[in-house]
Amino acid sequence: MDAPAIHGLGGSASVGYGHPVDPDQVDTSHGPILYLEDITVSFDGFRALNKLNLTIDRGELRCVIGPNGAGKTTMMDVITGKTRPDEGSAFFGQTFDLRRLPDTEIARLGIGRKFQKPTVFESHTVFENLELAMKTDKRVRPTLWARLSPAQRDLIERTLVTTGLDGNQQRLAGALSHGQKQWLEIGMLLVQEPQLVLLDEPVAGMTDAETERTAELILELEGSHSIMVVEHDMDFVAKIARKVTVLHEGSVLAEGSLAQVQGNERVIEVYLGR
Amino acid sequence: MTRLFSLRAWSAVFTVTAVLLVVLPVLHLALPADHPLHVSSFWITLLGKFMCYAVVALAMDLIWGYTGILSLGQGLFFALGGYAFGMYLMRQIGRDGVYGSQLPDFMVFLDWKELPWYWTGTDSLAWALVLVVAAPGLVAFVFGYFAFRSRIKGVYFSIITQALTFAAMLAFFRNDMGFGGNNGFTDFKRIAGYPVTAPEMRTLLYVLSGLYLLAALVLARWLVHSKFGRVLTAIRDQESRLLFLGYRTLWFKLSIWTLAAIMSGIAGALYVPQVGIINPSEMGPANSIEIAIWAAVGGRGTLIGPIAGAFAVNGAKSWFTVAYPEYWLFFLGALFVGVTLLMPRGLVGLWSQLRSRIGRPAAGTLAAPPARQEPG
Repeated sequence: MDAPAIHGLGGSASVGYGHPVDPDQVDTSHGPILYLEDITVSFDGFRALNKLNLTIDRGELRCVIGPNGAGKTTMMDVITGKTRPDEGSAFFGQTFDLRRLPDTEIARLGIGRKFQKPTVFESHTVFENLELAMKTDKRVRPTLWARLSPAQRDLIERTLVTTGLDGNQQRLAGALSHGQKQWLEIGMLLVQEPQLVLLDEPVAGMTDAETERTAELILELEGSHSIMVVEHDMDFVAKIARKVTVLHEGSVLAEGSLAQVQGNERVIEVYLGR
Repeated sequence: MTRLFSLRAWSAVFTVTAVLLVVLPVLHLALPADHPLHVSSFWITLLGKFMCYAVVALAMDLIWGYTGILSLGQGLFFALGGYAFGMYLMRQIGRDGVYGSQLPDFMVFLDWKELPWYWTGTDSLAWALVLVVAAPGLVAFVFGYFAFRSRIKGVYFSIITQALTFAAMLAFFRNDMGFGGNNGFTDFKRIAGYPVTAPEMRTLLYVLSGLYLLAALVLARWLVHSKFGRVLTAIRDQESRLLFLGYRTLWFKLSIWTLAAIMSGIAGALYVPQVGIINPSEMGPANSIEIAIWAAVGGRGTLIGPIAGAFAVNGAKSWFTVAYPEYWLFFLGALFVGVTLLMPRGLVGLWSQLRSRIGRPAAGTLAAPPARQEPG
């Protein structure tokens, strides 16, 4: 099955917006790529998300910040199908209801997620990690005879360059440094050709130089991918921020440019007040 | 894509195969029994048995070493394949049993008048071969489907497989199951009309076991070298990550699990006519644990290691149970603990360690290559 890529890496291929013919394609012709409305999630009476509203447009780079326990990770879990909301609606494009689809299906449709802790396949090489992640038919039988096509090999090569891992492709992923593992994971996201990229604290535990490089990497991806970054590190957010959403106690406290939210009195109260 | 084996590995495999499957059978059949180079039927049977065990160890490596699923019930599938073929062997006895009846002796003894329905067609070799594959395959598929769908993992899965084989053993002990109760099947006479104890038949079964082991090794090697194999290893290391990449790991686990069961079942079917008996003790929990020990001793995740482990442990067992029969289980336990603590990569790891020492004697304190992290 060769679904046309809407955004190839580096923005080479494009079928444009408009009228997708493939039922597997996410339809964003009349609105945002991600649409969350009045999402509520409770764990044993604790409301992790409380009537959360959030929309992300195609090609947008969005930063989500908030204190611990604000519901950032739970929100990611809802989007990727790991947690089911008690109330509210969650749509990917116009047509895919994220509350009903199983997690593997959501991943296949094009929502890629990078976890907080780098989780790569440590006893596989860097190249094999990318090969496993690549967007292909992931059912059992095709994997038996799977061979990389020249185009796929090319995509892996380009991803290695983008993530600064070229020259490391035959190393075991377990032997990489922490920062390199994070980049490999971002690379694994990219070869999935996702429509929406979720990055959960991508610079946690990184050195300053690695953080700098990660910021550059994310800015390179802007425009060709829709990206949501959840991050604590405000210096990092300042480097990449376009539009910022502040979460607090499970709902949106403020939204706007970084300067706007930093000037918002309620945000100052939440971050500095208590 | 690289070759399945390196040239050196191919030639090693070929040499061992030639010695085992050509030289030994010729020495067995062509030389008179008093010739110094004559290979006795004892050795042919013993090695034939070991080669059947080696396939089970190989199957164990696929599911445990590569996929990280520790089955402590692999003996069940081995025994099911053995029973399936045993039914055919019982029917081949014909009227030559003690009671001279068309029914197997144990049924006459139970005063049964006709064969139970599930014995239908077992007088046909073709149907028997179908059963050899289908019985372990179906049990594994159904059990595996529910276990993997419920995301049962790790030690819980191991305990359930252990319970499964134990329950099956208790069931097969019952006379009214129709599989001969605690005596099982024995006193086989013929396969396809030819006497089962004739040297030619023994040699044929031995050679078939050897060819089967070779085919299983090549198949396993091909599997672990494909992308399928890389997915299996990824399941072992980070299953949740694979789910987020869009792999439905249930079907991968179920495929390799069922394949391993079928591999073990066919090995059981080759084993039974060579040893001349199958009874429920083959399903005993200890037997299945022993299979895991073969794989661990040889070195998990190496394919060749578990084969070597099956030969080494069973060789030791053959000698031990004659020399010091009461200490065998203690030795086995000590072996398992010792290997786990001191040689996490088994015989294969020891071998590569030795080679690197001999290769670079000046290095003296050469560190062992880091052991792969393998859960379970």
